Amino acid sequence: MANENNEIKKHILSILVDNLPGVLSRIAGLFSGRGFNIESLCVAETADPLISRITLVTMGSDSIVEQVNKQLNKLINVIKVIDFSDAAFVQREMVMVKVRAKPEHRAEILRTADIFRSRVIDVGAQYYILELTGDEGKVAAFLNLLKPMGVKEIARTGAIALARDNK
Amino acid sequence: MKKSKPFPFESHHRSREGLDTKGVFIIKLKGTQILMKALQSEGVDTIFGYPGGAVIDIYDELAKTDIRHILVRHEQGAVHAADGYARASGGVGVCLVTSGPGATNTVTGIASAYMDSVPIVVLTGQVNRNLIGNDAFQEVDIVGITRPCTKHNYLVQRLTDLPRIIKEAFHIACSGRPGPVLIDLPKDLMQMTGSYRAAKDVKLKSYNPTYEPNMKQLLKVVELIKAAKKPAIFAGGGVVLSKASKELTELVKKIRAPVTTSLMGLGAFPASDPLWLGMIGMHGTYRANMTSGECDLLIAVGVRFDDRVTGKTDSFAPNAKIVHIDIDPTSIRKNIRVSIPIVGDCRITLQKLNTLLGKEKLGSLRKSRKPWLDQIEKWKATRPLAYTQKKTIKPQFVVEKLYELTDGKAIITTEVGQNQMWAAQYYHFDRPNAFITSGGLGVMGFGLPAAIGAQIAHPDKMVVDIAGDGSIQMNIQEMATAVQHKLPVKIVILNNSYLGMVRQWQELFYDGCYSCTEMGYAPDFVKLAEAYGAVGLRASRVEEVIPVLKKGLSIQKPVIMDFVVEREECVYPMVPAGASITEMLLV
Repeated sequence: MANENNEIKKHILSILVDNLPGVLSRIAGLFSGRGFNIESLCVAETADPLISRITLVTMGSDSIVEQVNKQLNKLINVIKVIDFSDAAFVQREMVMVKVRAKPEHRAEILRTADIFRSRVIDVGAQYYILELTGDEGKVAAFLNLLKPMGVKEIARTGAIALARDNK
Repeated sequence: MKKSKPFPFESHHRSREGLDTKGVFIIKLKGTQILMKALQSEGVDTIFGYPGGAVIDIYDELAKTDIRHILVRHEQGAVHAADGYARASGGVGVCLVTSGPGATNTVTGIASAYMDSVPIVVLTGQVNRNLIGNDAFQEVDIVGITRPCTKHNYLVQRLTDLPRIIKEAFHIACSGRPGPVLIDLPKDLMQMTGSYRAAKDVKLKSYNPTYEPNMKQLLKVVELIKAAKKPAIFAGGGVVLSKASKELTELVKKIRAPVTTSLMGLGAFPASDPLWLGMIGMHGTYRANMTSGECDLLIAVGVRFDDRVTGKTDSFAPNAKIVHIDIDPTSIRKNIRVSIPIVGDCRITLQKLNTLLGKEKLGSLRKSRKPWLDQIEKWKATRPLAYTQKKTIKPQFVVEKLYELTDGKAIITTEVGQNQMWAAQYYHFDRPNAFITSGGLGVMGFGLPAAIGAQIAHPDKMVVDIAGDGSIQMNIQEMATAVQHKLPVKIVILNNSYLGMVRQWQELFYDGCYSCTEMGYAPDFVKLAEAYGAVGLRASRVEEVIPVLKKGLSIQKPVIMDFVVEREECVYPMVPAGASITEMLLV
């Protein structure tokens, strides 16, 4: 559309939905069917077992994200959509890294883990599995530092987020 | 979607009503009986359908009720018929089909109803619950298949949920922006016995359509109307759906603005009114399209700015402030920039706008609008809709004579393509719910079953399907339905032995390479009609057109009238795809 801010930005959407079979498929299908993109996606039950929270990271211009928001709200099973880019919020991701642990690197790996307040959750003869929680930047920095040691495998969640109360 | 991650999501199921309410359940009924009770409490008296293994129990029970069942000849026909029924009656259309192929055959009809916002409820059979996911005979995941083309859909997993789901389905189908809802019914659930309790009122915390407009926004509209020199109104299917024709006409009279509509909006404003511009869009009238290009205020009501309406969006209504009223927020600012968005029901919004305008002194408008309305008259005079009737029958001539001979009072359904556009241009609609066409999805084969549905809704009215020789063959089997149920629908075939609209594009934009658009063989439609037990008539010469129409329209049986028309006639005006709407190819 004309006279619009067409800058592509990252948006974290928190979507409260009925905790019913097939709801995730409705949401994923809406994104694929309408050509919106999903950067990451996290789903779990909320404090109310009848409701799930989907935290979804998408990229798009303001007008695209406005459409995303409206289309999501149009789904019968969507209760509420919050776009965190308009509000103060806290955000976390979690990553588990299986890193090669040669004897000469072991101390270095543990030091790095310590600095990032990461924990060792499994140890083998040749590897450590480290667990880290943080925002996107922290996770990226952590992985960057471990890379030279030899990262064997990574399992990583998408972002989850909650709004801060404005008090 | 960039990455797809499978999630073990929501493995448990829940009920909204609570299962174990003690002492409340009164009667034990079979699943099929509960279904019938629930349908009857929604006022269902007619079902379009086709039996099969997974719904045999439902059909057994159906025979014991007084619900009328219209046996179609193909499930696609059932959905289009339910669509035509819903649009002609203003109610909800219901169809019932079996699992697997029965269900997949409904998809085109459902997608069409979704695009055109038609309230229908589709009941599909499903295999036994313990077989779901096992690739059982005639099993298909119809809920998965129809997720993107239904307003909502359900797989019923517990009998106690059934009354609530039926109630919700009808509520969702016809409230807000209407649309199709599908309910998948496993066979074993229909056979088992359970406690029946009528559903309470629907409470959906996540579904609350906005009916009431924002008054502050409406006050801004009043100011814009007062300031406008060249206002215009663009109405769409939303006006028909919300039954807002009276309110629209009142607004038009108050502000003396000319009116155009989309294909779906035809009939929302009387075509006999001097302020009527004709349809807008790719095959809109010269004056309607020019008006959109020149106006300084465009009040859009119940439209979604389809690409067939706007042409190139950047240059659509370039000088206008646009007010967009629609009940579906996703329609607003989807394709077109909007100065004043208003989410609300068309009828309620127009009522409130008229009330606000009633407090204003608008008497001076009659004078100040004159230059604008004069300009429009000039456009109308220089470039009217036109064709020249020579030796061979012109399709426009047939539609025009049909209009005259039916006094403009028939319910018209159409197939899709040239026949549809000529129907829209040359049959002039003074009432809503009289023009029934597959506008959004553009389904060939829609018109005949839709006419059947409309005829059932209005047994005493003249119902005519304006068809092409290509599209009529896509659901011709429904002739048998019309004959069996004694539905005197009339079919006017504009027979040019081409897939005419595609041929027109090939002529204009593909150097006349008529790739695969010539129908090298067609049945003799007169004999075909007779084979079905209907009446067949043919006109090959101009002087036969009126006698054939007169005779055909007077017969109280299904009639096919085959008009052999000018083979290479084109629909004009035409806006080439991607061009601005004011850049029209004219006759």
